[in-house]
Amino acid sequence: MSVTDTYQPTPDTGGPAQPLIRVTGLQKYFPVRGGILGRTQAKVQAVDGVSFEVKKGETLGIVGESGCGKSTTAKLLIGLVEKDKGEIVFDGHALGERLSLKELRRGVQMVFQDSYATLNPRLTILDSVAFGAKVQGLDNPEELARKMMDRVGLDPDRFAHRYPHELSGGQRQRVNIARALAMSPRLVVLDEAVSALDKSVEAQVLNLLNDLRAEFGLTYVFISHDLNVVRYISDRILVMYLGEVVEVAPVDSIWQEQAHPYTRSLFSAMPSMDPDNRTKEPPLAGDPPNPINPPSGCRFHTRCRFASAVCKEAVPKLAGLARNGDHMVACHLHDAQSGHPKAGQGVPE
Amino acid sequence: MAMADSTTLPTPEKVEKSKGYWSGVGHRLVRDPLTMFCLAVVAALILSAAFAPYLGLADPYKGSMIARLKPIGAPGYPLGTDEQGRDMLARLIYGGRLTLFIGLMPVVIAFFAGSVLGITAGYVGGLTNTIIMRTIDVFFAFPSVLLAIAISGALGAGITNSLVSLTIVFIPPITRVAEAVTSGVRKLDYIDAARATGANAWTVIRVHVIGNVLSPIFVYATSLTSVCMILAAGLSFLGIGVRPPEPEWGLMLNTLRSVIYVNPWLSALPGVMIFVTSLCLNLLSDGLRSAMNVRD
Amino acid sequence: MLSYLIRRILLVLPVAFGVSVICFLLVQIAPGDPLTAIMAIDATAEEQAAMRAAYGLDKPLPIQYAIWIGNLVQGDMGKSIATGRPVAAEVFGAVKNSLLLAVSAAVIAFPIGIFLGFLAGYFRDTWIDRAVTALSITGVSVPNYWLGIVLVIIFSVNLSWLPSMGAGPGGSQSWAWDWAHIRHLVLPAVTLAVVPIGIVSRTVRALAGDILSQDFVDALYAKGMSRADVLRHVARNAAATALSVMGLQLGYLLGGSILIETVFNWPGSGFLLSNAIFQRDLPLLQGTILILALFFVAMNLIVDVVQAAIDPRIQRT
Repeated sequence: MSVTDTYQPTPDTGGPAQPLIRVTGLQKYFPVRGGILGRTQAKVQAVDGVSFEVKKGETLGIVGESGCGKSTTAKLLIGLVEKDKGEIVFDGHALGERLSLKELRRGVQMVFQDSYATLNPRLTILDSVAFGAKVQGLDNPEELARKMMDRVGLDPDRFAHRYPHELSGGQRQRVNIARALAMSPRLVVLDEAVSALDKSVEAQVLNLLNDLRAEFGLTYVFISHDLNVVRYISDRILVMYLGEVVEVAPVDSIWQEQAHPYTRSLFSAMPSMDPDNRTKEPPLAGDPPNPINPPSGCRFHTRCRFASAVCKEAVPKLAGLARNGDHMVACHLHDAQSGHPKAGQGVPE
Repeated sequence: MAMADSTTLPTPEKVEKSKGYWSGVGHRLVRDPLTMFCLAVVAALILSAAFAPYLGLADPYKGSMIARLKPIGAPGYPLGTDEQGRDMLARLIYGGRLTLFIGLMPVVIAFFAGSVLGITAGYVGGLTNTIIMRTIDVFFAFPSVLLAIAISGALGAGITNSLVSLTIVFIPPITRVAEAVTSGVRKLDYIDAARATGANAWTVIRVHVIGNVLSPIFVYATSLTSVCMILAAGLSFLGIGVRPPEPEWGLMLNTLRSVIYVNPWLSALPGVMIFVTSLCLNLLSDGLRSAMNVRD
Repeated sequence: MLSYLIRRILLVLPVAFGVSVICFLLVQIAPGDPLTAIMAIDATAEEQAAMRAAYGLDKPLPIQYAIWIGNLVQGDMGKSIATGRPVAAEVFGAVKNSLLLAVSAAVIAFPIGIFLGFLAGYFRDTWIDRAVTALSITGVSVPNYWLGIVLVIIFSVNLSWLPSMGAGPGGSQSWAWDWAHIRHLVLPAVTLAVVPIGIVSRTVRALAGDILSQDFVDALYAKGMSRADVLRHVARNAAATALSVMGLQLGYLLGGSILIETVFNWPGSGFLLSNAIFQRDLPLLQGTILILALFFVAMNLIVDVVQAAIDPRIQRT
């Protein structure tokens, strides 16, 4: 019996056309306490009105600077952070209505960045991997855990009874992947899952992730600051800035044309091996503004070369490009009716 | 299949020796002579107290008017006799029974109660945390000696009352440490990872929190045993602990004060027992702390 | 800083409230009727009921508490059952003597503790360090009431150098700064100083050792700073923490001197407390505990504020 036979995912309910997960208007503000009575003084707008969907079997890459709300989005998807507003619909079932938190966590699993911190130092590898499967009441959790360890490249006979501190970073990240998959999820959220690894190990783990996706029919949400890694593994890319989505597009489309000025700066900051592909855009200056008090209108206007009066006042809506509806962007430059002096012309060179 | 990074593994022979945390603690303890010595002393005190009736000692309650205040080393009375002619050696060994019981039991009870309170407060957080910790804060407004004496003084003398008052004294500090350690662990990624499985709070606490917070709480609790011993004997010394004629070190110290000009060194003997026990308990706790890698 | 100060003072209020509740409950948990001590043995049921009503004991507990606290804020802590004098007067007289003892012990303990701790921290892992560590662990392990007895045996019984009882010649209750009185202070103050010596030297050792091992000390040497200057730097950094430990110790000395006061018949708050306990004088017991606890709360407050003021590393908003 192979590991594929022991995989016990929840059944597909809506068919391939229904997105596996759809979030609408997701919002999370973290309170900042202070003052004499320790009251809430301000709120960090970590995630503000984020909407997107992930199709069955695809990998959605999420990129952005640190502090843009990538990780909070990841934790919202699995319910580790409680949302203030918005809707999470997993395979047609809305969280809190037809889907309990525990059921959501049965279908969605997460792999974190810090492979050491995510493993309980007092538990053996086998106990860590089998824990989730036991909690969810799957059949033969230990057997499943051993098979999954074997599948991710860790010999269960050698590793089952060892402790996290006895493993290398790459091995530990394999343990974390095995732990997520031992619960037979359908969606795996990978939050900077390979960022802490050496380049060579990173490549191996990325290949492993690709293989696993095919074998178990998984869907990934892949969060990273490394555009090359995201390009390698993703089908579509979502760009976040200060808690908002600024651009979503298929990977080839966005690689060809970055429709949002922020995306363009982000891409131009990426070191390139190709002498023909020289940086045209000056890199972004300064740090992102304070998310406690984000800029009005388009949040990027304080750092945008093309900002005009309308950008300070009106919040741009996420909409498909005229020639390619799958390529969505939130920028007044692309909206002919926005009132921007160069509206409808796209981002100037 | 990408497996290159697992080729740097230690050899399988080494793998089988993979040890858990506790066996490491045991190994380090055995290699620490001072801690082992203190462990032996405390064990000897506890065992001799527990098996006192089988040690062929004199009756610790039976006095004699003619054999009063025999000096240390008097024939038939290796440690002399007290103000009522009772054999000191027997009374000191029997005295360990109540002294050690009242000196250790409150910390044991407070360890469980304080751990439950502190882990709950630290894990659940929010309003639960505020209620538990602010209540605990009130008890920190009393120096421990004062609180023990206040409660024992109000309740009156007696073994149960001493146990109650000392337990109340030691629950707050243990709760505070347990809460601090637990809220630290609560923030770690592996707790998030465990919650992400859909496990309920109790399962996460049982499997992932307790194993990681118990040793610092335990080490802290052991560091309180010495204070508790001193306080327990102190209550009896003040006359609000164990009642006469029970042999108990603090109470013996009190009654022998009346003969301090007659036989001074004899009257200091029960204190030696308290001191030695408390010193060994302190050193034992320090040894445990380093063996368990717990930092202050 | 001002905002921190106000917040810290506001935080004291619920604690003070809690302390008053505990002190109020002390009388409630005490077995027996608080009135038996003052009521005639042959009092009739009506007389008893009248007495209860007169003392407000027929009212529900929260009302009793409100009455008690109402009197308290006006400075009325009731009357001592044993002496009939106002509790406030009794307690403040005794607290004065206890403070004298506690401060004397602190004056002995803190310089010695700081010196030993510094020595140990500076000469870390040498025999000096080990000797100081052994001394401090002995200091915190010794039952100080027994140590008091041992000192009495040595210096009063055997050597007859110092008196063993009371605060002055002939059982004098009032303190004076003459040799006859100071002689009486020596033994209890030294006894009381032993535990804080152990604790302070431990704290200072850890602080000095930690700071000396930090990179910035190397940096200071590298800057060409002299050994003495480096030491001064270290001392200032450790001062904030050491000060807070010592402030708390002073509070503990006052609250914890009860056993020592019993050993030496020192007419302080502890002595008063043990009399109150044996005479079942509950109002006096309650008042003494309340005053000592409130003193300790105030001590904590001062320590926190002073620490915040001198330690630049603590960001208090």
